[in-house]
Amino acid sequence: MLNYSEKIRETASRLLKDKSVDLFIGYRKGSVPMMNEPVLIREQAMADQLYWDNFCGLNLCNYLTKRTEKIGIIANGCNSRSIITHIIENQIKRDQLYIVGIPCEGMIDHRAVARAVKQKEVLDVQQDGDKFTVRGPDFEETFEKQKFLQGNCATCLHHNPVIYDEMLGEPVEEQTGVEPYGDVEKIEEMAPEKKQGFFTRLISRCIRCYACRNACPLCYCPTCFVDESNPQWVGKSIDPTDTMTFHFLRAYHCAGRCTDCGACERVCPMDISMRQFTKKLNKDCWTLFSWEAGMTPDQRPPLDLYKPDDYNDFVK
Amino acid sequence: MTDKVFTKEDWMGTLQRLQEAYRIFVPAKDGDFHSFKPLDEVTSPDFDYPNSRLSPKSTVYPQSERMFEYTLDKTDSEVNIMKESTKDYSPQAIVGLRPCDAHAFQIVKRNFDNPDYQDPWWVQHFESTTFVGLGCNTPCSTCFCTEVGGGPFDEEGLDILLFDIGKDYLARVLTEKGEAFLEKGAGGSVADNAALSHAGELVTSASQKIGSSVHTDKLKEKVINDLFDAPFWEDLAFACLNCGTCTYLCPTCWCFDIQDEVLEKEGDRIRNWDSCMFPLFTLHGSGHNPRDKAFQRVRQRFMHKLKYYVDKYNNGVQCSGCGRCIRYCPVNIDIRKVCNLMNSA
Repeated sequence: MLNYSEKIRETASRLLKDKSVDLFIGYRKGSVPMMNEPVLIREQAMADQLYWDNFCGLNLCNYLTKRTEKIGIIANGCNSRSIITHIIENQIKRDQLYIVGIPCEGMIDHRAVARAVKQKEVLDVQQDGDKFTVRGPDFEETFEKQKFLQGNCATCLHHNPVIYDEMLGEPVEEQTGVEPYGDVEKIEEMAPEKKQGFFTRLISRCIRCYACRNACPLCYCPTCFVDESNPQWVGKSIDPTDTMTFHFLRAYHCAGRCTDCGACERVCPMDISMRQFTKKLNKDCWTLFSWEAGMTPDQRPPLDLYKPDDYNDFVK
Repeated sequence: MTDKVFTKEDWMGTLQRLQEAYRIFVPAKDGDFHSFKPLDEVTSPDFDYPNSRLSPKSTVYPQSERMFEYTLDKTDSEVNIMKESTKDYSPQAIVGLRPCDAHAFQIVKRNFDNPDYQDPWWVQHFESTTFVGLGCNTPCSTCFCTEVGGGPFDEEGLDILLFDIGKDYLARVLTEKGEAFLEKGAGGSVADNAALSHAGELVTSASQKIGSSVHTDKLKEKVINDLFDAPFWEDLAFACLNCGTCTYLCPTCWCFDIQDEVLEKEGDRIRNWDSCMFPLFTLHGSGHNPRDKAFQRVRQRFMHKLKYYVDKYNNGVQCSGCGRCIRYCPVNIDIRKVCNLMNSA
């Protein structure tokens, strides 16, 4: 995975030099461990800042919305699918993009790492093949990467980019036999009161900072419904009803569009598992419409489409 | 005022007794992190913690606070009259807060309690609070309290400072409020020389562990417009999601929004924490937004903390170096880098 850093730099450098792109969007290494910073590179000389490892869990598609330049961008499986969704929804044009594909091995869950070292301060993480070594002021431990993947990566079925102009490596083998919706099924089986209790507890810590919404490439509305003031749909205090309204409505706005990239959960400062909402809708889209978001630019998402000859009776 | 020593077990007993006189907030484990919670709501406090995820500011300045109540019922003689909501200003104590967070309350005090303005609710909550700090034996790599006028064992803004000296806590009383607190709690014994010298060693070793170097010395002499128009803002702000993580986790961010919420004929006027990262923060009634672009909002946050505050109060920066925004910014915008960039611009 680390080897891609050099390849990304070379590619970005070439694209900027021959002016096939105006700018390049990738990551640079962060100032704290397990954290990288999305970066926009305009000059070839700056391309050596680019970096890639298993902590690039934000979705770079978020930075494409309504841009007008010709853009080079790194994309792994889920990011490429979000880019497709962006193209379908007219947030960016395909011919504006030069997509540099990376076969993804999954991102490491920084919270799981912190848990494994009992919340002691991590000062450095070094990756080496399938393993990584975590170092703190008075400890050093080596872990297997596979056991520390983000939840969405552990059950991901599309590690390889779906759309690209150039691939930086051989495609990785896609997983088979994974059960992506085991957790959703457990919630579905709950009685209504228990389910209500589960959701209430799930979001009870929410401080309405909107990091989940802002990290989501789907949340590009010029004014989000929670920010509307005339009329005002949702209260702005931390009243649990308003907080729940925010999370439920945001999830529904993502139905049929979410690629389960996990950016929302990754950025949450309060460790809330809000993917429980979007995953249910992803599951419904799969079981009702055989639909996975962002697999092709030629078809609109099911909830975004009306066909007079639809096979479902209820639309007629 | 004499330093006292409590065994950690006795200290818990003292806190239990103090509950009769104070509402006591303590750090407690909450999933993977720590939060300040009322002692009677937690199974066991955990003082062996780096720092709380959210700062303790909400104990004095709640995220949502009812200011006034009113009725819209026209048959009521008091229709449309704002009445101040009843509040609880009985004594409370924050026990185990870090010196950076105590320093932060002093920074916020300059805004909410100064000769020109006194925020009645903040001031009353603040005055009803006893601040019992716990010095930091092992500051984090993202901490920089010593660079912004504080320190891992800084006494500013504290009524009592606790030193974790192994099996015991040494409690240093710093104010009359602190003395009253310990008197009510009873217990403990007079600190002997061994305990005092242990505490002294902790102070020295902890300060040496702060590795971050943050320069603020030239901020005051900079021309505001030069910094405002500096070329680095757009690049610096590119990754920013414009979420409220930094502002809501920050112990020194004090901005709020006022909202009216009405259910049928009963209304509440509530103030909620607000964030200068949100476009709505500056949206005018006309539809115009003077900070329409994301980078303008990022610039505002850093200019406020590191320039406007510096110029206005002449008392350092509006940052206590707790490092929360560095650790939890989802896109790694690092205030240490920004501050050094502004200082050397």
